[in-house]
Amino acid sequence: MSAATIRRRGSMGRGRRAARIALHAWCGLVFFFLVLPLVVVFPISFSSSAYLQFPPPGYSLRWYREFLADPNWVDAAWRSVLIGSVTAVAATILGTLLAISLVRGTYPGKGAVEQLVMAPIALPSIVYSVAAYQLFSTLHLVGSWQGVAVAHTVHALPLVVVVVGASLRTIDVSTEMAAQGLGASWFTAVRRITLPQIRPALVSAAFIAFISSFDELVIAMFLGGINLTLPKKMFDSILYEIDPTIAAVSVLQIALVVLVLVVIGRFGSGVRPTS
Amino acid sequence: MQLTAATAARPAGRRVRLSRAGRYRLLYAALAAPGVLLLAVVFVYPLLDLMRLSFENGSLAHYEEVVSGGLFGTVFWNTVRIALIVTIACAVLGYPVAHFLATASRGWALFGLLCVVLPFWTSLLVRTYAWMILLGNNGIINKLLVGAGLVERPLPLLHNEFGVLVGMVHVLLPYFVFPVYAVMLRVDRTLMAAAEGLGAPLWQVLRRIYLPLTLPGIAAGGTLVFILSLGFFITPALLGGGKVMMIALLIEQQVGQMLNWGMAAAMCMTLVAAILLAYAAFKRLGRRNAP
Repeated sequence: MSAATIRRRGSMGRGRRAARIALHAWCGLVFFFLVLPLVVVFPISFSSSAYLQFPPPGYSLRWYREFLADPNWVDAAWRSVLIGSVTAVAATILGTLLAISLVRGTYPGKGAVEQLVMAPIALPSIVYSVAAYQLFSTLHLVGSWQGVAVAHTVHALPLVVVVVGASLRTIDVSTEMAAQGLGASWFTAVRRITLPQIRPALVSAAFIAFISSFDELVIAMFLGGINLTLPKKMFDSILYEIDPTIAAVSVLQIALVVLVLVVIGRFGSGVRPTS
Repeated sequence: MQLTAATAARPAGRRVRLSRAGRYRLLYAALAAPGVLLLAVVFVYPLLDLMRLSFENGSLAHYEEVVSGGLFGTVFWNTVRIALIVTIACAVLGYPVAHFLATASRGWALFGLLCVVLPFWTSLLVRTYAWMILLGNNGIINKLLVGAGLVERPLPLLHNEFGVLVGMVHVLLPYFVFPVYAVMLRVDRTLMAAAEGLGAPLWQVLRRIYLPLTLPGIAAGGTLVFILSLGFFITPALLGGGKVMMIALLIEQQVGQMLNWGMAAAMCMTLVAAILLAYAAFKRLGRRNAP
């Protein structure tokens, strides 16, 4: 090896190292930017002050007590849990059927069905809310939690189809066929062979559907009427009465999300770095 | 269902031979029926109804109103401009992050992924609220800056376009990172090593090999971010403080304050048209530049 090559290798190594350091510094900044808002709400939620002060003058649990003592907040939270649960169940059942149909089936019009199912992702919820308002008021669904749940199911459906469909593509269809070759009906084969294999994806999909509904504001604002969901109550509270109660609610929500992520990580798929 | 009908109406002769396959076709098509039915009733029908409403009495009156007012045009281009800035910002911030996630050691990748996933799953309202605490005149950032003597009076960070941009980029960054990360995981790393071994400088490797190979991810992420930006409501409503107008806010105003459903419908249709146009344009761009 000549001296020139060694020198060039050396300088290349330095260039690479500089690029690496720059990359890591950049990523560090972006990660800081991403996490900063989540970190900020913690100290404020434990503040003893009635105003937004940072750092807080003292620490207490008064804003958590305030949240739990206010029936408006608690009702809104329960209503959101109810709507989210119904959405999760409905979207997971309908979405799984759609995913099986789209991944396994070959029939005319399949492409159109696929595009139809994915369309709600790209449609802004403001447009959907305005559109659905007319139909829902005819059906007397405006102002009811059921109406919001139906609309949320439409929005969660594509998410479920993506997650379950991706999982279905990874499992071997021949086991299902083998079961049928041995005399199992199609239904039994799907229930006993296919569904257990995609169970992690079903868990993920249900949680994703739940969170997508639990966090949704615009549809709930238009179709929910006076039945406030948690996001709507938070929106009003941010607009009109900034006090640390909302920080306490925020911390509880972040805790819920962490819990959900842990559960998905334990039982579900989709948040692991290796695919 | 049209689909099932089409499947069932196969020629009788072939049907006997393909009866098993035909039965499965019917079965799989039938599985889609409940979901398709739901979407047809509560998704497609309302949208068609909205379209009808926008052309009320078979005229373009609402569209003429939308265009002639001038306000909509201003807000529309403002929205497109903001969406473009957000998309570029997400690309600049997100591309290196996606690369880091795809190449770092397992532990660091997990840490990085958590930093991206956790905010992604956190309530939009929680994050918006947190940015208000951070960016306000008496917010944390201004207090730190004034306290350190870097600025004399608080910087205007909230209730303006800057605040909206910060909030939107924060919300949309994961939507850019995930598709790019997914593509980067599949890139054959030996190609870059080969190019470097042949003496190509790092930026050439990046420009000639890595960028073209990851372009499908960039196109997918960029499309997603741009399209989602066009319909943003919560972030501009809260962080813009009424000073930053975007289409979604204008539509809400038409319905909520003016009770002008026809005009709101026309605005909705224009927004949908813009989204479809953007989608088609990005798709074309991605296909033309694909390796």
